[in-house]
Amino acid sequence: MPGLMIEREVVIEAPVEVVWRTITEPDQLSQWFADRVELVVEPGAHGFMEFGDQGGPVVVEIVDPPTCFSFRWNYPAGEEPVAGNSMLVEFTLTPEGDERTRLRVVESGHELLGWPDAEKQRYAGEHQGGWGTYLDRLTTLLAKRQSG
Amino acid sequence: MTAQADDELWSAIADPSRRRVLDLLVSHGEVSASWLAGRVPFSRQAVSKHLVVLERAGLISRRKQGREVLYQVEAGRLDQATRAMAELAAQWDRRLGAIKRLAETAHAENERRNRHEP
Repeated sequence: MPGLMIEREVVIEAPVEVVWRTITEPDQLSQWFADRVELVVEPGAHGFMEFGDQGGPVVVEIVDPPTCFSFRWNYPAGEEPVAGNSMLVEFTLTPEGDERTRLRVVESGHELLGWPDAEKQRYAGEHQGGWGTYLDRLTTLLAKRQSG
Repeated sequence: MTAQADDELWSAIADPSRRRVLDLLVSHGEVSASWLAGRVPFSRQAVSKHLVVLERAGLISRRKQGREVLYQVEAGRLDQATRAMAELAAQWDRRLGAIKRLAETAHAENERRNRHEP
């Protein structure tokens, strides 16, 4: 996965099937994600999410119960979401015993919005991960130089 | 939703060559384009192009000193980028926290029901 990537994780004291239902069932989705969710969790399904007075389309990519669920969002209305005009959100569920689940989410694609295709491809080929860390390191370095 | 200004910022920093340039500016302070060109494995023209993109994203600024143009990092903008990243991460932390509460409540509910209906 190239580029800017937000990666977060949480350990949940519940079986993987329960966590799966929480992240994929529409009435549950509206409790943790958007104010209103219109979405059928099936590969290729188009849906809509509403946040207050904002909202946008979403399209489901991978549905592999109970371990993988991904969708694309933040793309211009009327366009098909692909790498480069949208952000990809990927959920990975890993059972840790019968009663515990590790849930990981990765959101990627921010830096590719609005890039010419050729540059995108070159970039994807050249660069692997570590974007957030890079920013942190740079800011720390700068602070050190300015104070010293 | 990502604002236009942020898109420019992300794509400016996402390029490895530009990050190389930014790195050098961060560690050496005010320097010229030719100084930079002597320390990177790409052409002087490429350095100039990268400087234009970085400047447009607000990450660096330039000033004239005699016949030379010197570039330096805009600390505020860099800090803003770091904070924007942290905010996106915090948003996901809040969502994951909500998922955790919902799933654990649902699980406890299931357990209680199972105990009552053996």
